[in-house]
Order: sequence, then structure tokens, then C-alpha cells
Amino acid sequence: MMFRNLLIGAAVALSPMAALAAGESGHIENVRFSFDGPFGTYDQNQLQRGLQIYTEVCSACHGLRYVPFRTLADEGGPGLPADQVRAYALSFPIMDEGANMHLYDPDAGELRGLSENDHFPANNAMDAPDLSLMAKARAGFHGPYGLGINQFFKGIGGPEYIVSLLTTYEDPPACAPEDFPGSYNTTFAAGGFPAECIDEHGRHMVPGSWIGMAPPLYGEDVEYADGHSNDLHHEAEDVAAFLMWAAEPKLAARKQAGLTGVVFLAILSVLLYLTNKRIWAPVKGKETA
Amino acid sequence: MSGIPHDHYEPKTKGEKWVESRLPVIGLLYDTLMIPTPKNLNWMWIWGIVLTFCLALQIITGIVLVMHYTPHVDMAFASVEHIMRDVNGGFMLRYLHMNGASLFFVAVYIHIFRGLFYGSYKSPREITWIIGMLIYLCMMGTAFMGYVLPWGQMSFWGATVITGLFGAIPFVGEAIQTWLLGGPAVGNATLNRFFSLHYLLPFVIAGLVIVHIWAFHSTGNNNPTGVDVRRGSKEEAKKDTLPFWPYFVIKDLVGLSVVLVIFFAIVGFMPNYLGHPDNYIEANPLATPAHIVPEWYFLPFYAILRAFTADVWLVQIVSFLTGGIVDAKFFGVLAMFGAIAVMALAPWLDTSSVRSGRYRPQFKWWFYLLIIDFIVLMWCGAMPAEPPYSGISLIGATYWFAYFLVILPLLGVLEKPEAQPETIEDDFNAHYPKAADAGKGAAPEATPAE
Repeated sequence: MMFRNLLIGAAVALSPMAALAAGESGHIENVRFSFDGPFGTYDQNQLQRGLQIYTEVCSACHGLRYVPFRTLADEGGPGLPADQVRAYALSFPIMDEGANMHLYDPDAGELRGLSENDHFPANNAMDAPDLSLMAKARAGFHGPYGLGINQFFKGIGGPEYIVSLLTTYEDPPACAPEDFPGSYNTTFAAGGFPAECIDEHGRHMVPGSWIGMAPPLYGEDVEYADGHSNDLHHEAEDVAAFLMWAAEPKLAARKQAGLTGVVFLAILSVLLYLTNKRIWAPVKGKETA
Repeated sequence: MSGIPHDHYEPKTKGEKWVESRLPVIGLLYDTLMIPTPKNLNWMWIWGIVLTFCLALQIITGIVLVMHYTPHVDMAFASVEHIMRDVNGGFMLRYLHMNGASLFFVAVYIHIFRGLFYGSYKSPREITWIIGMLIYLCMMGTAFMGYVLPWGQMSFWGATVITGLFGAIPFVGEAIQTWLLGGPAVGNATLNRFFSLHYLLPFVIAGLVIVHIWAFHSTGNNNPTGVDVRRGSKEEAKKDTLPFWPYFVIKDLVGLSVVLVIFFAIVGFMPNYLGHPDNYIEANPLATPAHIVPEWYFLPFYAILRAFTADVWLVQIVSFLTGGIVDAKFFGVLAMFGAIAVMALAPWLDTSSVRSGRYRPQFKWWFYLLIIDFIVLMWCGAMPAEPPYSGISLIGATYWFAYFLVILPLLGVLEKPEAQPETIEDDFNAHYPKAADAGKGAAPEATPAE
């Protein structure tokens, strides 16, 4: 019976009504991130600013459970000095003890302190999703024609989706009841939606939906040590870049490996082509060089 | 190996004779590598090598990935992240393996359509074709189970939907599904058995590949003209063929190398292009993704599965005739597997005595339409099951069956084929007029690799 219910759930999810109910998120604006394109790499300063926002704002509710502290020192990443990473891990607060029982020390009868070899703690206290892979688990771009080829230049649009989500909190539309739970966000598509804002054809009259997360950033939420602008959009870009690094820490090494592979295989292709041409020349009655 | 007459290996040194009289392995390798190959093969014949490379790539990267992967519902997702972050080169291994599966299917589809166009499935190569279809089925099973292993949302829900297909079988379906899953729903037992089979099946494929190669080495390769190699004598055969080494080994490597340039560009610069973002969310049995979409290589058959809904009159008739035993859902499952079955039966459905589509003026157009149909079905499979996609899927699925069950049998009778060249040598010399002057296009005496 269980799987039948699951199948019904799947069928419902695939049905047109469900697709409409889920809504379509609005247009996601491209952001020119330093890590876009085949040669792009992370901007170390931007990652450090993003880390600051995560630490001071996001981490109150969101975990980062797959990211080890030590990787904050990685080259190509935030590149913090080792002693800073150690101090940072040591002072990192654990907001949700229940989600981090692997740190439990039976002798002390409590959770042990964090070290740079631990991961960022998990955090389920507020039911907020873990952010370790968020930048890869969302797609902002699907084009052109749904083929997704523009990923080659712009990436999949995960960080752009995050920027968009963080910057598109708006006053709830007039159709919505005043006590409707959550905050109105024009990017977020998977949240609650008041029946009052659905027209007689079952269409949503306003974009987005109501998200459980209250607006986390307003601009000037943090003070950057490097004096970089801390308006809302810049803060959102910085934390999105940091989350992209958290999701794909080996991006630079991957692109390097890809480039090496492409260059060497291209040379090999030319050599093999010339070899092939020469081998076949007598058979085809052509002159050999 | 029998087939086209050619020179066989003669052990010369004492050591060679010692080995060869005990185990004729050098002779086997020699005959395999020096097999006479039609010299007019075009670039569509490189995909066999690409496929062999893919199998090796998948097995090698897979074996290393297994060293770091944990098949448990609580740890699988985290262990994949461990591979991506902590294992030396782990991110590259995983992205190669992930995209290697896609390259495997790109290659197999081109390889299959190559065979369909040039009539490679026709007598005497039916067994080669059937073994190939078995390989393709094993590939689909392996790929499907491999996609479950990272235990993301699409892994879980894809497994739920696809194993649910077996639940559509009348009377015994539910029992079969429970048996497949190892429980009432997709869970730890499912993950473990999929892991076990995902590791097993590639070696089954490897065995089948050997039989596949053995089979076509016995009959000889097909070629773009579909005309047989002359086998009266070695001299005659030599006019139509060249040894596999070095002529086709090097040519195949050129093709493979160019394909790999594109492959590495995708792995390096857009490795998640063919994946689905939802699979970076850990599996959650309580949250259904908005769209459950299989991997791209399943989409054409997924579209056929969904095309036959309860409002299609054929489904209604079948349902009425069987007293409701074959309902729309089971009909869809039968259609999906049937779509592969009719392809496997192509050798007996195609009545034309002409192998190559080159000399079949009408067949050509139906074949091109089949390729368009395949692409349209793939696109429909990615779209939600609603108008207009459901209607297009139904037309596409109908054409797929019509091609194999109606058009192929009828064309052989109705079509007037064009003149075929007498020999492969004639075809080759028509392309390379100078070859005819230079020693009748036969292989030069000196080894060309010098």
C-alpha cells in the first residue's frame, strides 16, 4: 500500500495541476560571478565576506554539515591562515545539540568542543535546510530552449537563485489575507500560497510564494573588514559565492583538469589524425608527404 | 576464427612455439587484431571503440569509487560528499563516472542507429544484434541502479517510480515489486541490492561484449555498402579488406580522441549539465520533488511509457478485451518494453534483401524520420505529461512501433532498391580513383607504420 501511495504522490506531482500549484519561479537575473565560465575561479575576498555573512546571519538557523572547517584554509577557497581556522572552529557555536550527537563526549556528559578537523555543525533546530549543497541543488538557468547549454558560460544558476531569493522579499500582495503565514518572496516557488490569490483557472495571480524564512538580509547587516559595499545586493552576492564554494570546493582543480584534458587530447587528436592520414595514403593512392 | 580468409599466426621462436602449443593465446590475439576489415568503413564505425573505452572507464572509476562509498541510507549521500571533498581526485573520479554513463549512452545510441541504417542486424549478423540488444538492456539496468546510489531525491523517487512499473503487472506485480525492493518501499535493502547488482552487471556486460565481438568477427564486419567481402581466396579478400591493425585501430583512436575532447570539456567545465539539481538534496521519502524526471537516456522510452493513457482507444479496446487485466498503466509498461523488443526483432521484421540504407530510396526517409521521432520522444519525456506533449508522445510512440512492425516488413516488398556496387573494392575505388591505379588498392607490401 505504501508504494501505491508513493506512486499516487508521484502521479499527482507529475500532473499539470501540481505543476501549476508549485508555480514557476520568476526570471533569475544573471550575476557576473568570478567563477563563471571555463576559466573562472573563486574570489578569495568575496568568499571571506560570504563566510562572514554565513557566520553572523545564516548559521543561526542553517547548518553546513558537509563542509569541514579545515577547508577554509584551502587555496582557491577562502584561504584563511591555519591559526585563524583553528580559532574560528573553536569558537563556532552549536545551535542544535540534537543534530550533532556525533560530538557527544560520554565522559564529560556533553558535546565536546569543535576543532578544525570537524565539519561545520548541522542545524535542524529551526527546520531550515542545510546549505552545504544549496548552490548546486537549485537551478536558475535552463536555457536556451530548455537545453541548458548556457551553463557553459553562466553556470547552472544556483548562486544566482540564492541572490534572487535573498533580494526579492516584497510586501505581500493585496489578495493575500493579512495573517497568511510566512514572508512573501517572488523567487521562492515551493512555499505556501493563499487560495485567495489563485484565479478561477487555477492560475497564480502573483509570482513566487510564501517562505518560512523571514528576510535574513536588509543591507548593512555586517561590517566588512575590507570596506567592500555592504548593501543588500552585494551581501547576497557574497554569501551566494560562499555557498557555491561550500557546494563545489574543488571547482578550480576541476576546471584545471578539464583544461589540461582538453588541450592534451586536442594535440593527441591532431597527431592521430596525421598518423591516420599517412597510414591510409598508400591505400587511397595518395602521395605521402 | 573462421570467416574471411586471411593469414594466421605462425609461431616462429622456440618460446612462442612453447606457449602456442599449450595455450594458443598469441594466435587468438593476432587473429583478433589482424582481422580483415572492409576498407570502406566510414566514421560511423568508430563508436564500438568509444563504447569499449566507456566500459573500461566506468569499471575503473567505479572500482575506485566503491573504495570510498558506503551503501547505507544514512551514509550514502554523505559518503558521496566525502568523495567529492576529501578523497584525492575524488571529485574528478565521480564526475568522470557520472558523465561517463552519458557518453556511454550517446555512443550506444549512435551505434544502434548506425546498425539500423546500414542493415548491420540482417543475416548473418542476427546474433551480434541480439547480443548487442542484451548489452543495451544491461546498460540501462546498470545506469538506473547506479543513479540510485548517491541517494539524492531523484535517486529515491526515480527508483520508486521505475520499480513501481513492475507493480503494474497483473496479479503478481505487487509481489514482484516487493521482491525487487526487498521490502514494501524503497529502503536500505533496495540500496544494498542495487549496489551489489550495479557492481555485478558491468562484468556481465564485459562478457557479452566479448561474445558480441566474437560474433561479428565470425561473420565479418558489415560496411556502408552492405555488400559482402569476397571470400573465394585470400587474394580476393585482400582487395576488399585491410587488417584491423593498424588501419582501423588508428582511425578509431582519432575518433575516440575527438570525442574525448568534448567529454573532458563537459566534465571539466559543466559536469552537472546532464544531471539534475534535485539529486544534490538527500533522499527524503516524505517530500516528493515537483517533477520526477529520469536521466536523459531513458527519456524516449519514458515518453512511450506515459503516452498510452486510459483515453487512448487502443488502450480501451485492449482493456475491454482482457477484462481490465491490461489497464492503461500495464499497457504503458508493455509498450515501453515492447519498444525495445521490436528493435531487437528488426532482423526478422525487415524483409528487404538489401542491407544498406544507402541503396534504399524510400527506406532512407523513413529512417531519418525515426531519428527525428527518437529525439522528439526524448524531448517529450522531459516535459510534463499534459497536452500538447501527451499527444505528441502518442504520435511519436505510434511511429516507433509502425516503423518496425509495418514499414520495415512492407518496404522490403514495395521498395525498388538502387543498384549496389559489385564489390567493396569498387565502392572504395569510386571514392578514391587514384587507389585503383596504385596497385588496385590492395594493402601495400611494406608495413605502413614503418
